Amino acid sequence: MFIKLKSLLYNNEVRAIAFQVLAVVFIAYFVYQAFDNMMLNIEQSGIRSGFGFLNDEAGFAVNDNFFLTYSPTSTNLQAFYVGIVNTLIVAITGIFFASVIGLVIGIARLSSNYLIRKMATVYIEIFRNIPILLQILFWYSTALSVLPSTRNSMNFLDSVFLNSRGLFLPKFIIGTEFYLVLASFIIGIVAYVFIKKRSTKKHDDTGIATNTIPHFLGLVVLLPIVAYFVFGAQLEYPALKGFNFQGGTDLSIEFFSLAFALSVYTATYIAEAIRSGIDSVDKGQKEAAAALGLRQGQAMRLVVLPQALRVAIPPIINQYLNLTKNSSLATAVGYSELVTIFSGTVLNVVGQAIEIIALTMLVYLTISLFISLVLNIFNKKMEIKGK
Amino acid sequence: MAVYPLKETKKAPQSQTKAIQWLKENLLSSTSNVLLTLVALYLIYLILPPILNWTIFDANFDLTADNDSCGREGACWAFIYDNFKMFIYGFYPEEELWRIDAMFGLIVVMIMFGSWIKKSQYRMHYIIGAFLVYPVAAFFLLHGGLGLEVVGTDKWGGLTLTIVVAAVGIVASFPLGILFALGRQSKMRIVRFISIVFIEFVRGVPLITILFMASVILPLFFSVGMDFDKLLRALIGITLFQTAYIAEVIRGGLQAIPKGQYEAADASGLNFVQKTTLIILPQALKISIPNIVGSFIALFKDTTLILIIGLYDMLAIVGAATSNSSWLGRNSEGYVFVAFVMWVILYSMSRYSKKLEVRFSTEHKN
Repeated sequence: MFIKLKSLLYNNEVRAIAFQVLAVVFIAYFVYQAFDNMMLNIEQSGIRSGFGFLNDEAGFAVNDNFFLTYSPTSTNLQAFYVGIVNTLIVAITGIFFASVIGLVIGIARLSSNYLIRKMATVYIEIFRNIPILLQILFWYSTALSVLPSTRNSMNFLDSVFLNSRGLFLPKFIIGTEFYLVLASFIIGIVAYVFIKKRSTKKHDDTGIATNTIPHFLGLVVLLPIVAYFVFGAQLEYPALKGFNFQGGTDLSIEFFSLAFALSVYTATYIAEAIRSGIDSVDKGQKEAAAALGLRQGQAMRLVVLPQALRVAIPPIINQYLNLTKNSSLATAVGYSELVTIFSGTVLNVVGQAIEIIALTMLVYLTISLFISLVLNIFNKKMEIKGK
Repeated sequence: MAVYPLKETKKAPQSQTKAIQWLKENLLSSTSNVLLTLVALYLIYLILPPILNWTIFDANFDLTADNDSCGREGACWAFIYDNFKMFIYGFYPEEELWRIDAMFGLIVVMIMFGSWIKKSQYRMHYIIGAFLVYPVAAFFLLHGGLGLEVVGTDKWGGLTLTIVVAAVGIVASFPLGILFALGRQSKMRIVRFISIVFIEFVRGVPLITILFMASVILPLFFSVGMDFDKLLRALIGITLFQTAYIAEVIRGGLQAIPKGQYEAADASGLNFVQKTTLIILPQALKISIPNIVGSFIALFKDTTLILIIGLYDMLAIVGAATSNSSWLGRNSEGYVFVAFVMWVILYSMSRYSKKLEVRFSTEHKN
C-alpha cells in the first residue's frame, strides 16, 4: 500500500495533474478574494456597476469628430464610438505616412550616395532613440508656438487655413450631388483596377507592356474633377466668425502632432525592416536582373523589392500594431481618441473604472487579434512552396 | 624546366588624389547620383541652420539670466541650469541628495569590485550576493528608515525616478518572465493556457491602459482602507507589462534549443528542475541576451508614460518646471534637454546591444 502511494508520488502524470489542480485552486482563491474586496470597495464608494452608464447622456463636447453625429447630448456609447473612429483614423493616417517615410528611408540607407545614406542613418538613430511620448509633446508644443494665432491664420486661396488650432479645409455638403461625385470616383478606381489587371495579364501572356499612367490620370484624377463640375457639388468653406473658424472641416493641431510623431517614430522601425529585407535578398538576384538588361530602378522594383517584402512585411505589420497601440498616447495632448474620451473624460464623469477600462482594453485586443489574423494569413500565403 | 620569375605587380593607376576619387565614387558617380547629392545638400541647408541658430547662435548661454532677460529668438539655457537638480533628482530634499548619489555610486563601486575579482572562484557568489543585497540597500537609501529620514515616494522624480522604475521593472519581470515562458512551453494544458492568455492579453493592449488599470482598478482588489502607494501601483503595472515581453523573448531562446538537449538531460536521469536550471535555461538565456537588452531599451523608453498617471519622471519635470511662474513658456528647452539625455542613454544601450548581438552570433556560427 505504502509502496503504491510512493510510486504515485513519483508518477509524472499524477504530479502534473496535482500541480495544475493546485495552480487552479490558487488562482481561483486569488480571484475570489479580489472580487470580494472589489464588491465591498464598490459598495462603500457608492459607485454603481454594470453597463447602464453607456445609455446616459455624455454631456461633454468633443474636439475632433470626423463623420459620426455627436453632440454633448449624445450618449456615452456614442462617445465610445467616436473614440474608436478617431483611434482608427489617426492610426490609419500614421500607418500610411510611416510606410511612405519608412520605405524612402529604408531604401536611402542602402543608397550608393554617401550623403543620402548617412542622412538616413542619422534620421533613424535620432528618432528611434527618443521616447515617442516626448516626441509627441515636443511637436505639439513646437506647433503651438510656431503657428500663427486664429486671427493671423495662414490663408491659402481663402479656402484652406492653417493656424495654431489646426488645419481648416472646405467640406462637401452631403447631398445627391456629393454622392454622384463619390460614385464616379469609385467607378473610376474600379475601372482603372480592371484595366491594370488586363494589361498585367497581357504582359504576362505576350510580353507586350502597355503604359497605364494615362488611364490612371483620366479615370482616377480627371473623372471626379469633371463630375464635380458637371453635377455642381457644393463645398462649404471655413470662415472666421468671432474667435474661431466656422463651417468646413478641421484637423486639430493635436491630431497633427500625434499623427506626425507616430509616423516619424514608426518610420524608423519600418525603414530598418525594409533594409534588412533588401539585405536578405541574394546578391545573385540583382546580378541576374542586371544581366537580363533591367535598369537599376527596374531591378529594384521588379526583382529585389518583391522578394524583400516577403521578409519585411511581418515585422512591418507588427509595427502597424505598435503604432495603433501608441496612438493611445493622444491622451497626453488631448486628441479625442478612445483613451482620451473614454478612459479619460467618461471615466472622470461616471467613475466606473472596471467597466470602462475593460471596454477600452477589449477594443485594443480586438484590433491586435485582427492584425495577428492578417499576419497569419499573410505568412500562409507567402510560405515558399515545396520546402 | 623553364623558370618564370614573377613579374612585379603594378599598382592601380592613380590619376586623382584620394579625396577627389572618393567624391567621384560616393557622391558624383552618375547624373542621378549628382542630383541626389544636390537634393541632400538642399535638405541639409533647410534643416540644419534653424536648429543650429536656435540651440547655439541665437541662444543665450548666460547662466544667470532670467526668463525676461533671456530673449525669445533662441534657446535659454539658464532654464536648464536653474532646474538641473530637479531634472536629475526630482523633488528630493536638498540635504538628502547625497543618498541618491550614494545609491548610484554604489553601483559603480560594485562593478569595479566585480571586475577586480574577475578571476576569483567566488565571483559567482559575489554577483548573486550583490543582486540580493543591492536592491535592499538601494531601497533604504532612497526611501529612508534605519536611522535615515523617510522621504515619501511623492518626492521622487526626474532621471532618478526614470532609472528606478526601469530597473525595478526589469529585475522584477525577469524571474516572472522565465516562469511564464516555461509555462507557455509546458506540457500541462492548464498552465500553458493560463500563460498564453496572460502573455497575449498584455501584449495586445497599450501600456497606458495597463497603467490605468494598475492605478485605478488594482486598489479595488485589496481590502478596504488599505492605502496603496502611487509609485508602487505604477511599478506593478510596468512589471506585469514587461513580464509578458520578457516571457516572449525567453520563449524564443527556449525554442532555439535543440530537442536533443532535452532528451540528453532526460537520459542522464535529471528531474524537471535540474533539467531546466542546469541544461535548458543557461543555454536559452544566453541566446536571448541581445533581445533581453532590446526589451530593456523598450522599457526604458516606455517609463516616460508614468507621467500620464501623475508621476514625475524626467519628462514630467519639464511641465513642472515651466509651470513655475519664473520660467513660463520654456517647454522647448526642457524637451530638447530631456530628449538629449534620453537619447544619449538609449543610443549607448542600443550600441551595446548591437555589440552583444555580434559577439553572441559569432559564437554560434559554424
